[in-house]
Formats: sequence, C-alpha cells, structure tokens
Amino acid sequence: MTQTESETKSASGGRGTLYKGREGMWSWVGHRITGVGIFFFLLVHVLDTSLVRVSPEAYNAVIGAYKHPIMIIGEIGLVGGIVFHAFNGIRIILVDFWKKGTRYHRQMLWGVLIVWAVTMIGFTVRHLMLFLEGWEGF
Amino acid sequence: MATQANPEAVLPAQGIEAPRSGRIDPKYLRSRTSRSNFEMMAWVFMRVSGAALVVLIFVHLWVNLMVGDGIHQIDFSFVAGKWANPVWQFWDLTMLWLAMLHGTNGMRTIINDYAEKDSTRAWLKAILYLSAAVIIILGTMVIFTFEPCLTDEAGNLLEGVAPEFCHGV
Ligand code: HEM
Ligand code: HEM
Repeated sequence: MTQTESETKSASGGRGTLYKGREGMWSWVGHRITGVGIFFFLLVHVLDTSLVRVSPEAYNAVIGAYKHPIMIIGEIGLVGGIVFHAFNGIRIILVDFWKKGTRYHRQMLWGVLIVWAVTMIGFTVRHLMLFLEGWEGF
Repeated sequence: MATQANPEAVLPAQGIEAPRSGRIDPKYLRSRTSRSNFEMMAWVFMRVSGAALVVLIFVHLWVNLMVGDGIHQIDFSFVAGKWANPVWQFWDLTMLWLAMLHGTNGMRTIINDYAEKDSTRAWLKAILYLSAAVIIILGTMVIFTFEPCLTDEAGNLLEGVAPEFCHGV
C-alpha cells in the first residue's frame, strides 16, 4: 500500500479494523448483547426446568406461561438472538482459523445476516402455526 | 511524536513503530506467560464450545419447538419421555455444562471490560461464579435424580402425569 492510498482511506473515515469499527463494531455489539441475554435466559431456564423435581403440577403451571401469546413473541426474540449469536460465532471462528477468513470477514457478515433472516422466517412461520393450531384461547 | 524516536523502524504507511523497536517495559512483553496461558485456553475453549453448542442447541430447539405439537407438547410427561432416554440425558448434561461455562467465561470478559474499580470487579465476579456453580450443580442433579413414574401413597401411578412407558413396569 502506498502512502497516498492509506491517507485517502483514513481521510474518508477509515475502513475500521478487523474486530472494531463499522460493520465489525456493530456485529461485535450484537454478539455481546445476545450473549448476555442468552446467559440470563439460561439461568432462569434451568430454574424452571428444575421444577420437574418439585411436582408435575408446579412444572406444568410454570411452563404453561411459555404458551401465552406474549411469550410466543418472546420466544421468537430469544431464538432470533441465539441464531444470530450462533451464526456470527461461526463467522468469528472462521476469521480466526481459516486462512482467508480475515479477507472475507465483511462478506461473511452479510452471509450471516442472510442465513439468519432465512432461518428466522422459517422458524417464525412454523412456531406461529404450531401455536395457533393448539391454542385454546385466553 | 512517537515516530521520531526511531525513524528506521517506522512502517512507511501507518507511521506506527515496528514491534520491539523501542525499549519496552517488561510488563508489556508478550512472552510473559504465567497468566496468559489460562487466557489462551479460555480463548480456545470459547471457540470449541461454541462450535459444539450450535449443534446441541439447534437440535434442542428443533425437537422441542419445531416437531410434534411444538410449544404445546411441553409438559411434565414430555420431559419424562425424553429423560427416559440416556441419549437425551447426556445431551442436556453436555449442553448445560458447555453453555454455562461458555456463558460464564463470556460474562467474565465483559465484567473485565466495563467494571473499572477493582472491588466492583471482584464482587461482580464472585456473584457470577457463585450463580454459575449453583445453576450447574442444580441442573446436573435434576437430570440424574429425575423420577418419571410418580405414584400416590397407595403406589398407583399418577394418572395424566406419568408417561406411557410407566404403565409397562
Ligand atoms: C423457547 C425455547 C426453549 C424451550 C421451549 C426449551 C425447553 C426445554 C425443556 C422442555 C427442557 C427439559 C428437558 C428436555 O426437553 O431436553 C429443557 C432443558 C434444558 N434446556 Fe431448554 N428450551 C429452550 C431453549 C433453550 C436454550 C436457548 C438453551 C441454551 C442456551 C437451553 C438449554 C437447556 C438445558 C441446559 C436444559 C437442561 C436443564 C437441566 O439440566 O435441568 N434451552 N429445555
Ligand atoms: C450457539 C452457539 C454459540 C456459538 C457458536 C458461540 C460463539 C462465541 C464466540 C466465538 C465468542 C467470542 C469469544 C471471544 O471473543 O473470545 C462468544 C462470546 C460469548 N458468548 Fe457465545 N456462542 C454460542 C452460544 C452461547 C451461549 C448459549 C451463551 C450463553 C449462555 C453465550 C454467551 C456468550 C457471551 C456472554 C460471550 C462474550 C461476548 C463478548 O465478550 O463480547 N454464547 N460466543
């Protein structure tokens, strides 16, 4: 790279670094937020599952809350977070271990977003259909 | 400007000194290993566990939400049916441990990033490790002490709660 080239680049705002700045920064923030969210969900999730040791009634009552329409929306949000964290995590792993990972990290981020959108459309449609089929009203 | 210290060692394009071009406080040398060995293992663990968790969690979500009656099928006998199979016991056990260790290590990184006061950091980490330990132990015990075929005082199976296979025994 020549001097002028690099000066033009930084004058136009720079291309960011591998992990931070521009797309890299947003994906990093998204990865962090989803990671924290999933962690707190998991704490609660192990607690609610542990109710099977208290009594079937206790477990069924609490898990019944997951079948409320508001929770159905919440589940779509939760799965959306997990699927993003998972796919973006795979991208991070590829950037670190794959020879050409650093070169294609930006393209891979678009790949992550596209695969995420497709997965989420499929999940949301199926989840809502199954929910409506078995729903007995409020 | 730092670049004036040793013009020979300056990278032409960025104006950043090449590594080791100046005198470096030993505190910042990368070869110091005592603590970084743990960090290195943590770094590898985040990647290995992450790759495994994709499969573990996606199958978990698929089996519980995308097949059968989806969200409506989940109740006590559903869990009983799954945990009667050692494969699902092992599956959930692995998922529990990997997700909790991965998540706890990730939270440790975040605490290190944002909590600047030493005492705050120490407290937050103590709470983090304690809750992680409680959840891992609780989750493990639940899987191994689970009793699917519950009976009443007279010894009869609880109707509507016990899964099908209990009636055979
Ligand atoms: C809305 C989505 C979810 C539902 C409806 C759900 C449902 C369940 C159910 C019914 C069980 C009982 C055992 C079994 O089915 O294998 C369970 C256990 C478990 N789930 Fe989930 N799950 C969900 C999301 C997740 C996620 C995202 C994770 C990981 C981060 C997870 C981790 C676990 C673990 C570790 C156990 C075992 C708990 C224990 O050892 O006591 N689940 N889940
Ligand atoms: C679904 C599969 C998963 C994959 C592929 C994955 C991958 C990753 C990767 C590669 C990192 C970066 C580690 C580093 O920078 O050294 C990471 C960070 C993290 N993960 Fe996961 N992970 C997964 C599931 C989970 C789960 C289930 C949780 C919560 C229980 C979680 C919570 C976190 C947290 C809190 C961080 C730290 C984020 C940060 O430092 O900004 N992840 N994950």
